[in-house]
Amino acid sequence: MSENLIVPTMAEMLAQGKQPEVLFWVGCAGSFDDRAKKITKAFVRILNRSNVSFAVLGAEESCTGDPAKRAGNEFLFQMQAMMNIEVLNAYEAKKIVTACPHCFNTLKNEYPELGGKYEVIHHTEFLKSLLDDGRLTIEGGQFKGKRITFHDPCYLGRANNVYEAPRDLILKLDAELLEMKRSKANGLCCGAGGAQMFKDAEPGNKEVNVLRTEDALETKPEIIAAACPFCNTMMTDGIKNKEKEQEVKVMDIAELIANAQDL
Amino acid sequence: MSYLDNILFAILLVIGFGYFFNNIKKIHRNINLGIAVDRKDNPGLRWKNMAMIALGQSKMVKRPVAGVLHIIVYLGFIIINIELLEIIIDGLFGTHRVFSFLGSAYDVLIGSFEILALLVLIAVSVFWIRRNLIRLKRFINPDLQGFPKSDANYILYFEMVLMTLFLLMNASDLHLQNVPGGFSHFVKAGSFPVSQFIAPLFNGMSNESVMLFSELFWWLHIVGIFVFMNYLYFSKHLHILLAFPNTYFANLNPLGQFDNLEAVTKEVKTMMDPNADPFAAAPASEGEVPAKFGASDVQDLNWVQLLNAYTCTECGRCTSSCPANLTGKKLSPRKIMMDTRDRLEEVGKNIDANKGVFIPDNKTLLNDYITPEELWACTSCNACVEECPVNISPLSIIMDMRRYLVMEQSAAPMPLNAMMTNIENNGAPWQYSQQDRLNWKNEN
Repeated sequence: MSENLIVPTMAEMLAQGKQPEVLFWVGCAGSFDDRAKKITKAFVRILNRSNVSFAVLGAEESCTGDPAKRAGNEFLFQMQAMMNIEVLNAYEAKKIVTACPHCFNTLKNEYPELGGKYEVIHHTEFLKSLLDDGRLTIEGGQFKGKRITFHDPCYLGRANNVYEAPRDLILKLDAELLEMKRSKANGLCCGAGGAQMFKDAEPGNKEVNVLRTEDALETKPEIIAAACPFCNTMMTDGIKNKEKEQEVKVMDIAELIANAQDL
Repeated sequence: MSYLDNILFAILLVIGFGYFFNNIKKIHRNINLGIAVDRKDNPGLRWKNMAMIALGQSKMVKRPVAGVLHIIVYLGFIIINIELLEIIIDGLFGTHRVFSFLGSAYDVLIGSFEILALLVLIAVSVFWIRRNLIRLKRFINPDLQGFPKSDANYILYFEMVLMTLFLLMNASDLHLQNVPGGFSHFVKAGSFPVSQFIAPLFNGMSNESVMLFSELFWWLHIVGIFVFMNYLYFSKHLHILLAFPNTYFANLNPLGQFDNLEAVTKEVKTMMDPNADPFAAAPASEGEVPAKFGASDVQDLNWVQLLNAYTCTECGRCTSSCPANLTGKKLSPRKIMMDTRDRLEEVGKNIDANKGVFIPDNKTLLNDYITPEELWACTSCNACVEECPVNISPLSIIMDMRRYLVMEQSAAPMPLNAMMTNIENNGAPWQYSQQDRLNWKNEN
């Protein structure tokens, strides 16, 4: 089955003399990680369905430098940032949406001082605005009454105070939103942040993602909703560790919305 | 009272405050060993934060039991200190209950002090029980082994003794106020909702001995307050003062925003400038020491981070919410703060001993206090920063030390080096070509 995803690049847009409404920053995970690519596609399907004029940088996109910065390599981070800012400014990007809270945080908070000033929004906020503006409607009760718990990504929640957009979307699905004992500002990290995704954990008595999965399982969910490709990986691994793959699915908010629309 | 008492009191007052201010000066000097950081922007929001978080205790009540008990002790501390003013005037001028002319207002004042004193006694006892009998996890954590554990209890004992002395002082006073026909200078003044139940203790004693007791309690109480005030510098209890500047100067940016190192920005801009001469020597200003990247010792941290270290009262809310600590890793954000203060004190003493100059002692905050293993366990999730009731940021210290490890020592864990090499070579933390970034579009 070949999908008809419409994914214009900024270069193509420019060649046609067009400026998209929003630039979709896909991010490294969204571009290369097999699980995260599904999230990217789900989000694109929604954008296509809602007739959102968007474009990606494609091969002109590069790592924001977030993992380098959290690891302490400020040089590499600023090199990446300045290269990306050159590209973004050349295309006169104004508004950026991304499905990765790490890219979101870095682009939104750490790029302005280096010359990259954009309106940056997370995909959950963008989806919420599509719904609010009536550009996207959710019909059908595929998730009606489903028990869904939401895991707050640190770089979306505590780092940037976005707590409600993802929850509002889950409620729009008529699902039953379950809160873990540690949620919102008190949420527990999945264990991937601060460049931990790319290294082994220090000696301890448990993996952070297993602890967080236990928090989630306490709510007896059918679905653990995530809003970050790295959290998604960590929670999926946690569920495997607990041998609950059959009962509990880990899904991104964009996938929930896309599935609800049979996209 | 004879003049001898007044002179003795004045000497005590001068020594008490003199030693205290001397130590405050030391703290100020030590905090200023830190590098500059501008926290003068947005004074409106800063005052508001101080009012809400320090004065209003808004973050304390996130844990309701500890929060409410703490507010009682805090209110008691502030309100009962009004009484301190009367005690000091009485002590200096030989008056007795100098504010008693306030009449019924005085009754209300003394009455509320008494009720608060009782509530403080109860709250402090519960605190002691939580620490020593219930043994909450964050209070028996290995961070607190040795002096910090005793320190916490000493503070509670101090408060218990001071409140008890205050009530005993009032009780003996009340007993003498009630002597038929009056006794000496003990005029009828104040209401004593709590100490009226203690006063019968003195029944059967001669008025003279009760007066002696009354004076003894009065002296012990005020001497106790001076000793406690001077104990602050040596204890974790400085937060009662420093919480105010600490919340005022705390970071106002989103928690996810880490500062961009300016020294690095300069170098990166030069590197990326096509017109820059690649063979030119770095333009060094006269006498300027090249900036060190990141922090290996307290002098590399900024002054707000050092203020944070003195402000920390070791409550451990940070550590109890840290994902690394919860899963048995060595990292404890509280220990980061305690280590920073201990090292800063060590550096300060070194400066004191060497006539105002720091003589290198072959020790650093990194390695001698905080190990790389602790630093690398951090997920930068900001749980510690969010939890801190006075807006301390252990995370900023961890990040500055990681920067030193990576940029000055190239000492990142191997897998992180691989990740960084990938970003450098192909613009992603994994080994995929940048040219393939849009391949997902056509994959099924």
